[in-house]
Amino acid sequence: MDESIMINVEKLNKSFGDLHVLKDINMVVKQSEVVCLIGASGSGKSTLLRCLNFLEIKDSGIVTIGGEKIEKETHDLNEVRARVGMVFQHFNLFPHKTVLENVMEAPIYVKKRQKEEVMKEAKALLKKVGLSDKENVYPSKLSGGQKQRVAIARALAMKPEIMLFDEPTSALDPELVGEVLSTMKELAEEGMTMVVVTHEMGFAKEVANWAVYLHGGKIVEVGHPKDLFTNPKEERTKNFLDSVL
Amino acid sequence: MDLFTKFIDTYPVFLKGMQLTFELTIVSIVIAIFIGLFFAFLKISNIKILEWIADLYIFIVRGTPLVVLIFIFFFGLTALNISDFLAVVLGLAFHNGAYIAEIFRGAIQSIDNGQMEAGRSLGMTKSLTMRRIILPQASRRALPPLGNQFIIALKDSSLASFIGMYELFNVATTHGSLKYDYMSYLLIVAVYYLVLVLFFSIIVHLIEKKMSSSD
Repeated sequence: MDESIMINVEKLNKSFGDLHVLKDINMVVKQSEVVCLIGASGSGKSTLLRCLNFLEIKDSGIVTIGGEKIEKETHDLNEVRARVGMVFQHFNLFPHKTVLENVMEAPIYVKKRQKEEVMKEAKALLKKVGLSDKENVYPSKLSGGQKQRVAIARALAMKPEIMLFDEPTSALDPELVGEVLSTMKELAEEGMTMVVVTHEMGFAKEVANWAVYLHGGKIVEVGHPKDLFTNPKEERTKNFLDSVL
Repeated sequence: MDLFTKFIDTYPVFLKGMQLTFELTIVSIVIAIFIGLFFAFLKISNIKILEWIADLYIFIVRGTPLVVLIFIFFFGLTALNISDFLAVVLGLAFHNGAYIAEIFRGAIQSIDNGQMEAGRSLGMTKSLTMRRIILPQASRRALPPLGNQFIIALKDSSLASFIGMYELFNVATTHGSLKYDYMSYLLIVAVYYLVLVLFFSIIVHLIEKKMSSSD
């Protein structure tokens, strides 16, 4: 298989009870690519993302991460999750820990690394997302945009091969969206492989290598964001874009 | 003889009784916290049989008067050569453990599911996330109701007098019957309880304040 393929999804199916959420999804993401998943709520885009770091376990199909076919019977999913970073819509920072402790938690307790070394890296990460002055602050004192940047730093602290973003700006006030998107853009420019569920069409157009439109648990259309957004081939894609743009 | 002189005359005995009340409460609550944590985990285990065991335990405790439990533990355990003190403590702990289990269960379930997901997404195991992320937050939320239960346990320890433990309430009724003056000594013992409860309330309040530093 092509070595540069970071994520390979074949015939992925997932149901919640009677609800068939993902239907025969096929998708390939190569090294350093940024892919945006778009679609209405209930289209399955978040579930697809969650299947990529095994917060949801697929019913059938193949999920390959970094060339390795991942099965819950043969793999320690905790170890796989440590390689795939995730940023959530509602940040999910640990409220009882300071910003610095949030970032240091997993490297120390999952990777069992030296505290001093981890702290140095964590401080560098916080500097990178522009929050050096907030190291010893608790999350409740931060704005939404700051929280989300801490969450990005926290995920990066595990040195993931892939970063997943689940509507990272949807819970933010409009004036705070920009700071999070520019952090993500920077990350993309550094060559991070990213899958982003988003409604930010501008970001998708500017940063994504391609966009995937999902509807009813199926991939309806795939293309470069510029083409997909301006010249959708499918009627459903067109309707969706008309409603959000 | 006025109430104050009676108070002064009897305070060495009452202080002894207070010490026993204090010990009964502390030891039984510490044991009850472990029992409570254990059954709270059974209840959130998602394993039917374990949930039933926890439900049965809570059902038994809720459905029986504490004084009956204390007598059962006393007669049951002292027959096995266990000291009176320990028998009563275990009875109190068995009783309080059920209420504390419900307090812990509620506190753990009140923590947003996103916290568990965030921990898991970083590669933390379920139990590590529970220990490092969920429980510290849950225990903060559990503290106020736990403090309440603590105070209830303190007052409930007076039931130990029924099996002859010479704790506060027993000291009061003994003096009352010796001197044919129940009212005075009941009023005096009420003051002792109030002071003890006040003391515990202040401690719980201080811990709460310390733990809420991140809000």
